Amino acid sequence: MAKITFDGIEVEVEDGTTILQAARKIGGDVVPPAMCFYTPLKGSGGKCRVCLVKVTQGSARDPRPMPKLVASCITPVQDGMVVENTTNEEVLNARKGIVEMLLINHPLDCPVCDQAGECDLQNLSYEHGVSATRYEEPRRTFNKVDLGPYIQLHMTRCILCYRCVYTADQITEKRVHGVLGRGDAAEIGTYIENVIDNDFSGNVIDVCPVGALTDKTWRFKNRVWFTKPLNAHRDCPTCSGKVTLWSRGDAVLRVTARKDEYAEVEEFICNTCRFDKKEMSDWTIEGPRHIDSGSVISANHYELPVVNVPIVPNLPKSTVKKMPTE
Amino acid sequence: MGIKILTEHINVPGIETLEVYRKHGGYRSVEKAIKTMTPDEVVEEVKTSGLRGRGGAGFPAGMKWSFLAKPEGVPRYLVCNADESEPGTFKDRVFMEKNPHALIEGMITSSYALGANTSYIYIRGELLFILRILEKAIAEAYAAGLLGKNILGSGYDLDLHVAPGGGAYICGEETALLESLEGKRGNPRNKPPFPAVKGLFQSPTVVNNVETIASVPWIVNNSGAEYAKIGVGRSTGTKLISASGNINRPGVYEIELGVPVEEFIYSDEYCGGIWKGKQLKAVVPGGSSVPILPADLIMKTATGEQRLMTYESLSDGGFVSGSMLGSGAFIVFDEDQCIVRNTWNYARFYHHESCGQCSPCREGTGWMERVLHRIEHGHGHQQDIDLLVSVAKQIEGNTICPLGDAAAWPVASAIRHFREEFEWHIKHPQEATAPGAVYRGQLAAATV
Repeated sequence: MAKITFDGIEVEVEDGTTILQAARKIGGDVVPPAMCFYTPLKGSGGKCRVCLVKVTQGSARDPRPMPKLVASCITPVQDGMVVENTTNEEVLNARKGIVEMLLINHPLDCPVCDQAGECDLQNLSYEHGVSATRYEEPRRTFNKVDLGPYIQLHMTRCILCYRCVYTADQITEKRVHGVLGRGDAAEIGTYIENVIDNDFSGNVIDVCPVGALTDKTWRFKNRVWFTKPLNAHRDCPTCSGKVTLWSRGDAVLRVTARKDEYAEVEEFICNTCRFDKKEMSDWTIEGPRHIDSGSVISANHYELPVVNVPIVPNLPKSTVKKMPTE
Repeated sequence: MGIKILTEHINVPGIETLEVYRKHGGYRSVEKAIKTMTPDEVVEEVKTSGLRGRGGAGFPAGMKWSFLAKPEGVPRYLVCNADESEPGTFKDRVFMEKNPHALIEGMITSSYALGANTSYIYIRGELLFILRILEKAIAEAYAAGLLGKNILGSGYDLDLHVAPGGGAYICGEETALLESLEGKRGNPRNKPPFPAVKGLFQSPTVVNNVETIASVPWIVNNSGAEYAKIGVGRSTGTKLISASGNINRPGVYEIELGVPVEEFIYSDEYCGGIWKGKQLKAVVPGGSSVPILPADLIMKTATGEQRLMTYESLSDGGFVSGSMLGSGAFIVFDEDQCIVRNTWNYARFYHHESCGQCSPCREGTGWMERVLHRIEHGHGHQQDIDLLVSVAKQIEGNTICPLGDAAAWPVASAIRHFREEFEWHIKHPQEATAPGAVYRGQLAAATV
C-alpha cells in the first residue's frame, strides 16, 4: 500500500496504482480530467496531456520534486508522494494551454453534433477553456471516410486519443482501422475503403470522448438532453445485455453501454443490442439511469427541479484564470 | 591539430574493407575485450572515460550502460541509433560511409560489455546506400569470425543486423526507434518504463548514437583514464562537429572538446572564418533543436567568460543566454541571413515531423509554423510575437517526448534574441518581403 497526498487530501491506495486512479478514489473536483485514458483499455493514456499534475515530492524515500509536469494517468504512485492538481497554478495554466491546443482545430460544431451534451471535450473546455480564440488560420479538414452502415466518422472532431484503436485491438477480433499519417495530418482511417464490421465494433462509439465516432442509427434523431436514460437489459447470447436506453416517449432512440461518472463503460455491448433492438418491448426496463458525468442530461429528468436551475452554476475557480502572459 | 580518435584513418584508401581496416589496427579492441576483460570491466572503463552520449542529450554512456536491467533468461539488446536526421547534422553519415568497420567494431565491443547477443543498427531510411556499405562490411566481419557464433573462439555469440527506417525524424527518439524497429508505427512510448528496463521486444535495451559506440574501441584499447584526459572537465574526449552555413570550410571536424568557439569559427584548421569576410550574425551550435545564439553570446557567456565547445560552456546561462552542444551541428549565419525566415523553416520542419500522438505538439507545431509563415510573408500582427512565445511555452515540457521541446526552443530563443527583427518584419511588411531583404539594425547597434 502507498499513501499519497493529493491536493492536500491523504489517500491510501495499492502499489502500482496511477495518480489518476488515486485521485478518483478521492473523487469530486480534485480529479484531473482525462480525454485519452480509459480504464478498461490496456495501454491507453499519456497522449492528450490534459491530466498533467505537479509532483512536488517524488516519494518518502526520495523527496525531490519531479522536474516536469507528469501525466497522472500513466504515472504510478510512490509511498509518500505529494501531488498538486487544482491547487497548483502551473498545472492549471498548462491545462488551459492544452485545452486551447485541442480546440484550435476542432470545428466547434456542437449545435449540429450528436455528441453535444455528453461530450468530454465540451465539459473540459467549459471548465478549463477560454472564451476567445487566438487562432486565426483555417481549421484543418479531412476527406470523408465511410466506415459502413453503423458508424459515422467525423475526422475533423477527432482529438486522436487512440481509444477506438485500442478498443478494436482488445475487444474485437480484428482491427481494420488505425491512425494514418503523422503530425496534424494524422487521421483515423481504414487506409483503403473498408467497413468496420464485427460483433463489437459499435463500442468505438462509446469510447470516443468527442463526436468523431457517432451512431448512424441515432444520427440527428434528437438531442441527448431531451432523451431519457433508462437502465435495461435483455437476454443476449453475445454480450451481457446490460445497457442504457435513451428514449423519448415510447421510442427507443439510442442504445449505449452503461457508463460510470468518468464516462467509462461498465461492460462492452454487442452490435445487435446497440443497433438492432430499438423497440421498448425488446428490453426489460430496470428504471431510470443516473448520469454522473458532469452533464445536464439527468438534471432535466430526475435530479433537480427544472425551474430555477442556475444556467452557470458555481463556476469552478479555474475558469476565471487568465492565459499565461509570458 | 588535436588528437583524432574517430577520424584518424578515415581518409585511408580502402579503409572500408576489412583487410585495410585491420592493417590500421582495426578490431584490436574486440580481441582485447573478449580475450582479456570481463564485460563489467569494459563497462567500468567506459564509465571512467566520462564518455557522454553524442546523440544530443549528452547523458553519460557508462551510466546508461550500468542502468541496464539484467534479469535472468531475458535477452538484452544493443541498438545503435543511426537515424541521424536533425537538420544540420551529418557526422554519422560521413563516418559510416567512410569507415563502416569502426562502427561494427564498436558494436561488437559494446555488445560484449552489455551481454547482448543480438544487436541492431537502426539506420535512417534515406541513407540506403550506407546500409549497403554496412551490410558488406558486416558480411566481411562474419566471414572473418568477428561476428556470429563463438567469436574468436571465446564462446561469445553476436548477431548484428542493420534495419532501415522509413525516413521519419521522430524515429531518432529512442522509444520511437524501438517501436519502429519492432515494425510498428514510430510513436514514442510513455516513460517509465525506460528502455533499460523494457525496451526492444519488452527486453532491456541500450540505445546509443553511432559516435558514442564508435568511441568505445579507443577507450578499450587505451583505457578510460586516458580518454578522460582529453577534453575539459566533464566534457571528455573528442566530438565530431558538422559545420555548415556561411563559413569558408563547411564539413565534419573532429575536435577535442574544449576548443574555444571563436577559434572553431575563425581558425583555418576548422571553419576558416565567415564566408566572403562577412560579419557573424548568429550561430545554432547543436542542431536545429537547440536555442539560437547571437554573435556576442556565442563568443562569450553572459558573465563574460570565453565560450568553449563543451557541454557545460555552451549551456552556460541556461535558456536565457545559453544553448546546448546537442548533436554537434554547428550552423553559422552571416549578416545577410534572415532569422525570421530561418525560424519559420525550422518550425516547418517540426510541424512536418511531429508524430501527432500528443496534443500540444501535434497542434502547437502547426500553429507556430502558420504564424511564422504569416510574419515572414508580411501578414503578421504585433501580438503575434507574444502569441508565439506563449504557444512555445504551452508545448515545452508538456509532451511525451523531447520533440515538443525541440520545436519550442528555436522559436522561443529566436524571439528572445532577435525580437527587433521580428518586429521589423511586422511593422514594415513591404520592405521585409522584398527579395533579399534583411534586418540589419541589431548588427549596426552591436558594432557602434
